[in-house]
Amino acid sequence: MWQKRFEGRVWKYGDHVNTDVIFPGKYTYTLARGPELAAHALEDLDPEFARSVRPGDIIVAGVNWGCGSSREQAVTCLVEAGVQVIVAASFSRIYYRNAVNNGLLPIVCPAAVRAVEKGERIVVDLEQHEIVCRKGRFAFAPLSPALREILEAGGLIPMLRARLAGG
Amino acid sequence: MTAFTFAQKAIARAAGLPQVDIGTVVEVEPDRALSHDNSAAIMRIFADTGAKRVRYPERLAITLDHAAPPPTTRHAQNHAEIRRFVREQGIRHFFEIGRGICHQVLSEEALVLPGQLILGADSHTPHFGWMGAFGAGVGRSEMAAIWATGRLWLRVPETLSIELRGSLPEGVTAKDLALHILGRFGADGGTYLSVEFAGEGVASLDVAQRMTLANMMAEFGVKNAYLPPDEKVFHWLAVRYARRTGVGPEEALAQVQKDALYPDAAAPVVARHVVVLDELEPLVACPHRPDHVLPLSAVSGREVHQAFIGTCTNGRLEDLAAAAAVLRRTDGSTRHITVPLIVIPASRTVLQEAVAAGYVQTFLEAGAVLGTPGCGPCMGNHFGIPAPGEVVISTANRNYRGRMGTRESEVYLSSPAVVAASAVTGRITHPAELEAG
Repeated sequence: MWQKRFEGRVWKYGDHVNTDVIFPGKYTYTLARGPELAAHALEDLDPEFARSVRPGDIIVAGVNWGCGSSREQAVTCLVEAGVQVIVAASFSRIYYRNAVNNGLLPIVCPAAVRAVEKGERIVVDLEQHEIVCRKGRFAFAPLSPALREILEAGGLIPMLRARLAGG
Repeated sequence: MTAFTFAQKAIARAAGLPQVDIGTVVEVEPDRALSHDNSAAIMRIFADTGAKRVRYPERLAITLDHAAPPPTTRHAQNHAEIRRFVREQGIRHFFEIGRGICHQVLSEEALVLPGQLILGADSHTPHFGWMGAFGAGVGRSEMAAIWATGRLWLRVPETLSIELRGSLPEGVTAKDLALHILGRFGADGGTYLSVEFAGEGVASLDVAQRMTLANMMAEFGVKNAYLPPDEKVFHWLAVRYARRTGVGPEEALAQVQKDALYPDAAAPVVARHVVVLDELEPLVACPHRPDHVLPLSAVSGREVHQAFIGTCTNGRLEDLAAAAAVLRRTDGSTRHITVPLIVIPASRTVLQEAVAAGYVQTFLEAGAVLGTPGCGPCMGNHFGIPAPGEVVISTANRNYRGRMGTRESEVYLSSPAVVAASAVTGRITHPAELEAG
């Protein structure tokens, strides 16, 4: 079922957060999937995150979130930790693709990033295309139909599985 | 619109369409799909799709390079699973441990040609822009989808044009050019963009320099990079294409040129930057970002504890030659290093050529460690992980915190000659500062 409204507690980070600090390279060929990934999420950026993250929490970050390596665990470690949405001023392109393909919603909204503070609860509303936070409401551009289709299917692989099974 | 960018032409070709508009999403059939040690993880996702056979096994290329030879049982298990998959699926283009780094090997084997489109489960796939191919990095799920269907969606990117004027001064390298671009325009200056180089300065760059430049555009956030291919590129590839396929030299030259693409002069671009090569100087990227770039002179003298020469950015013969030239005095004697220097050629071919040219002898006489061709310690898997508090000077492409495996270490990025000179003094050093002779 395609969720249209997300509400959660904010973890706030800065600009140019790279995939090496989101999920260290030394684990990339030994840890591929599963809950174990969550234990290393943001290990070299914010050790507190893995200890205290709760399902439904939302990451809010500055420009170029997820730059660097193409490692998909930089997305899936957060999915395993229960994060469903990231709001950023901008994303690196491979991170953006990996997020969509793994059902993690990447929202680009620089104005909201400026307004939102660490620890507050915000709402990301996909029907109104807006983020509601303490300082107000901030609109973001709707997702393109092609990306929405992947997210609605739960990610690229579930979509592909359905397509291949359908002949 | 009748004038098209390189990206538009390359994507239209791979999508089988007469033309594509910038900003639209189209399905492409990549000519080549690259993966490496991560193929083990991709295989598991591939199984999840329900597909049994790889759609086009001849289009895949798999190289064991990221943790090779395997440092742990789990890494070894990945390799064993990949070998089994390669046999079962009939994947011809498979390269064992020690053959080299994927981007170098696929270039050396002429498994990618100008104008072709290659997608790689590796962020440095823009590398193939050196030859005028469209190379873009994708994730593991996307690679599994390509294995299953032979296709993937791509958004046609906007193009940023960078005109190169003049030629690099003595002692200034393509690494400095890449660092200049990162420092001047920022690590997100090329995000989502096709960065297309132009101008007479391109012709002044040799093949190895073009590889370094295109490769490191990954740190600029680009979708792909592009340098217009010329005779240098065609001849370099034709020799290798002929060697691999057994065709004659003329046929090889015709094959490597046949799909070459060039942007139209009036093609739409988001911006045109100009870089005057003659004005560049040696640069260093400081911890912990590749765009935290300062002139070498500003950081010269800082203490380092380890030096590393290698990677897909700077592990080629020309790079080893530049480093060896720093270590060899004019009287033929060798300078000795004072901190560990790890040298890892980008491929077995590079290693063989470096042996033949005497560079390996120089490294060993100087006291350096020689590693198995592959990625080495670049992303902290093995072969040179620094201790907490240690500072590394490296020819790699990334210096993010923890990149080399230790959060509490620092990494500086520079050209091979600067790394070699720094290994001699134990401080960040311009090669010209070494004592005369």
